[in-house]
Amino acid sequence: MSTTAHSVVSPGRLSKSIAGAVVIIYALVTMIPLAWILLTSFKSPPDSISYPPKVIFEPTAEGYCNLFTTRSRQTDEYIESLGPPQGICDEITRKRNMVIVGESNYWPRFMNSLIIGFGSTVLAVFLGTLAAYGFSRFRVPLADDLLFFILSTRMMPPIAVAIPIYLMYRELGLSDTAMGMILLYTAVNVSLAVWLLKGFIDEIPREYEEAAMIDGYSRMQAFFKVVLPQATTGIAATAIFCLIFAWNEYAFAVLLTSGEAQTAPPFIPTIIGEGGQDWPAVAAGTTIFLVPILVFTILLRKQLLRGITFGAVRK
Amino acid sequence: MAEVRLESVTRRFGDAVAVDHVDLVIADGEFVVLLGPTGAGKTTTLRLIAGLEKPDGGRIVIGGEDVSDCAPSERDVAFVFQQYSLYPHLTVFENLAFPLKSPARRMPKDEIAARVNKVAAMVRIDHKLANRSTALSGGEMQRVAIGRALVRDPSIFLMDEPLSSLDAKLRAELRVELKRIQNEIGATLLYVTHDQVEAMTMADRIGILAEGKLLQIGTPREIYTDPVNLHVAARLGHPHINLLKPGLLPCESVPGGARTIGARTEHLEIRPSAKNDANARVDWIEHLGDQNHLHISSEGEKIITLADPYAGINPGDAISLSLKNPLFFDENGHRIT
Ligand SMILES: Nc1ncnc2c1ncn2[C@@H]1O[C@H](COP(=O)(O)OP(=O)(O)OP(=O)(O)O)[C@@H](O)[C@H]1O
Ligand SMILES: [Mg+2]
Repeated sequence: MSTTAHSVVSPGRLSKSIAGAVVIIYALVTMIPLAWILLTSFKSPPDSISYPPKVIFEPTAEGYCNLFTTRSRQTDEYIESLGPPQGICDEITRKRNMVIVGESNYWPRFMNSLIIGFGSTVLAVFLGTLAAYGFSRFRVPLADDLLFFILSTRMMPPIAVAIPIYLMYRELGLSDTAMGMILLYTAVNVSLAVWLLKGFIDEIPREYEEAAMIDGYSRMQAFFKVVLPQATTGIAATAIFCLIFAWNEYAFAVLLTSGEAQTAPPFIPTIIGEGGQDWPAVAAGTTIFLVPILVFTILLRKQLLRGITFGAVRK
Repeated sequence: MAEVRLESVTRRFGDAVAVDHVDLVIADGEFVVLLGPTGAGKTTTLRLIAGLEKPDGGRIVIGGEDVSDCAPSERDVAFVFQQYSLYPHLTVFENLAFPLKSPARRMPKDEIAARVNKVAAMVRIDHKLANRSTALSGGEMQRVAIGRALVRDPSIFLMDEPLSSLDAKLRAELRVELKRIQNEIGATLLYVTHDQVEAMTMADRIGILAEGKLLQIGTPREIYTDPVNLHVAARLGHPHINLLKPGLLPCESVPGGARTIGARTEHLEIRPSAKNDANARVDWIEHLGDQNHLHISSEGEKIITLADPYAGINPGDAISLSLKNPLFFDENGHRIT
């Protein structure tokens, strides 16, 4: 019996277990670097560079302590003259003949990443949804050329336009500001958002909006009441892509931000320099940096999965 | 409810004329059915009235007011679509309440609930109000779609083949139901269908559309017995009308200029015949259950008609066939009376 592309055939037990095994092996292979970063973040600096690499080790919070603090080396006499250590980080630091002198910049940089990442994602998805709706539903003059132009803005590597943008931003006073970075990432992401969302909105039959308009809603109201709820899948997927780009972006960030608005990606490598090769602190910074994307994806998982089962209702 | 008037309404798509100078008046409380082949412009006509398309020419008047330039939400019409009738992200109740919650109406909550419940009972869907609209059968979806039009009190109901995707039994049921509801509330209704039975049984008047033109409008009886041309004659009648050359079958008084004779079952007289005056032969008989179709050939022409089950005619029989008051058409397909 032949099967068509549309027929649903439940696979046999053997093929199921083979497929399962392949997926698990692939997942394990891709997870090894992540697991290694997580392990390293709990190692002491000597453990982190020991050879052969240690898989079993005594976990310590030193990496996280070093990540969030700045320290200075002191004489034994001075350290002994201090009172009892305050908290676990104080204790760990003193063992290395150092004292905590202040907070590091990691937390402000991380907050910058959150503000710039989510800010630009919201803006890009918002603008992208409106533009995609316009392209999908109205007769836009030169629509195809415009769409190609929008896509073409994404074709150049960021580094190729970094210098003009750097000069422009300096003139406009946008260098090293969160607003400047949000605008920049929005501009880069909006092309992706328009293209992805246009596909999703094209799939929503326009009869729904027409029905709503006849039922007494304006086009705008019909858009919010009928189109948006059905486009949630596409919006969720687009938002994840936009956030991942803005979150990981390095080239622009390193060129255009140095203090105030610096994001985490250009900051994390600078940790290495502060007092020897502090790999555990770098790994700790990276581990914490991974969390928001993970949480965001898990939160939107339901919307993403719904795309598979959420078909249009035909009569 | 209100009178709806189309005055010389035209809509073009590029070079194609989808609706071509259509004049049509639907009286207050009238049930008008539009019949026509696919692509005739039926849906476009409804969309023009609803305001989803802008006419390239002509006027649309609802209740005495020219609405040609009004947005759909300002026209106060209800539309049941050919496809994609329900909002998939809403429940049955929310679907039915959707028009009432519109900013144009702003109805209080308890009144919405009361109306929805009343209409849900009317279209017999009250037991599924909490269901997601995706979790309904085709017939149930269509009831909800019709219900969503009925919760409002619009100037006119526009229905685009609302029953076409249902099975025959359900269609017959809903057909009767819809006619009953229309009588009950005195609704003005413009209804598009391909189904002859729906048109004949429900319509006060039938309009025949072809290539964007309204060829004829009249009571079902008029359209059936008194078609203005070949095209209209061919739309109604089952089996399909037989189109014959004059002189093929005996007929009293064929008017001059007649190029085609249209013969329905009631225009054909069949007599079993002795070998010498036979002019036709029964090829086979198609048993459809409630009807028997007789396939006859006469000098190479095929003729299909209904058979009297008690006439005792069998395949292979020679018969004598004659015409009784058939329809005559001239060289342009116009009826000669
Ligand atoms: N948006 C459009 N763009 C271009 N041509 C269109 C459009 N809508 C309709 N047409 C054309 O107008 C003509 C009439 O279409 P319409 O949908 O009114 O036909 P219909 O009578 O409803 O047919 P059916 O019985 O198949 O539903 C068709 O030739 C169709 O191709
Ligand atoms: Mg149609």
